[in-house]
Amino acid sequence: MMALLLRDLKLSVRAGGGALIGVLFFMTVVAVIPFGVGPDLNLLSRIGPAIVWIGALLSALLGLDRLFQTEREDGSLDLILMQEHPLVLTVLVKCLAHWLANCLPLVIASPLLGLFMNMSEVAIGAVALTLLVGSPALTFIGAVGAAVAVALPRGGLLVSILVLPLAVPVLIFGVSASYAAVEDPAPFMPPFLILSAITLFFAVIGPLGAALALRNAGD
Amino acid sequence: MRLKAQGLAARRGEDLLFSNISFDLGAGDALVLTGRNGSGKSTLLRAVAGLLHLDAGRVTWSGSGEAGRPGEACHYLGHRNAMKAELTVAENLSFWKTFFRDSAGGAGASVAEAADMVGLGGIAHLPFGYLSAGQQRRMAFAKLLVAYRPIWILDEPTAALDIRAEQTFTDLIKRHLRSGGLLLAATHQPLGLDNAQELQMTGFSDLPESLL
Repeated sequence: MMALLLRDLKLSVRAGGGALIGVLFFMTVVAVIPFGVGPDLNLLSRIGPAIVWIGALLSALLGLDRLFQTEREDGSLDLILMQEHPLVLTVLVKCLAHWLANCLPLVIASPLLGLFMNMSEVAIGAVALTLLVGSPALTFIGAVGAAVAVALPRGGLLVSILVLPLAVPVLIFGVSASYAAVEDPAPFMPPFLILSAITLFFAVIGPLGAALALRNAGD
Repeated sequence: MRLKAQGLAARRGEDLLFSNISFDLGAGDALVLTGRNGSGKSTLLRAVAGLLHLDAGRVTWSGSGEAGRPGEACHYLGHRNAMKAELTVAENLSFWKTFFRDSAGGAGASVAEAADMVGLGGIAHLPFGYLSAGQQRRMAFAKLLVAYRPIWILDEPTAALDIRAEQTFTDLIKRHLRSGGLLLAATHQPLGLDNAQELQMTGFSDLPESLL
């Protein structure tokens, strides 16, 4: 399993892996907002956490469709399905590798983009923390979509559309926890803990659903 | 060691592609599937490997280890090579070696040995995508050597190969059979095996042959 993790990480860094595409897209989306909204610093810092979260959500969805499709195209998926290892575990490891390569860079880049949005230090820290906790859930939800659409040649957009409604709770609690850290009356912990719970919940359900979909994708 | 299939049938779309296929292979036996394009050779092989749902019938495997799905005891070499073009050959092979792990009853060759056995020992450091089609096929075959599996399922193994490489493949297959392995292969070229059973596939079983 360690071998699979390392291989997927290597693949995402090498040519065509697309680990950096997500970060670049994230930066583009967030960097464009101040031009559209105008130089109203108060407004920017107020909508900042939401914009950074939306940017991260969209970037996280960007590379998800390739999670199983590349494996299927070169025939590796057949061999992965035939092995003795539980498929759920294999999917979980692939999700982890995808998160490390594609979502962790988003978390790391988010403080810089927080500066673009004139956010306070506390807000920047809160957004980075909620992204760190919430983004694995996006990968786990996305894995189900990627597995369902694995046999479709142009499944990319379909995966995003399938996954987005399920990702809305993650967005809601991620953003509300970030705001709670800045605005006084609202408590930070309840939305943050619900966000953590969502991640743990999908860490179990996601790989199960994806494994089921892959088993039945037989062609 | 025994691989038994009883009354296999599979569909492609609405039509029954083949039905009532049975075979029984013991240690050292080979079964070669022949037939025209579209006659269901690949479908049968994928069904035995557990990658396709069977319409009827069952495949059972009793090996030296504990009983599992038959697919777990198989190496499957399909039309696609299952190697990543971005990684070097050695990285590809060592990944599959650790991911496959040896089945009970044997041990695989090391990555360097396997590359040597298919006659490409000197170029394992190159990215897989740099190799020619025939070299890629040979490296995909080396994947079968790095981890031990009693059953080899080969789908057109000799496509894109020159004559010398075909001979290398035949030798490796014979060695596998001599050491007590099993082989299921679909092929158009004769593999040059001495005691192979042959199964002639005719394709859509409810159509008369002349219509195909």
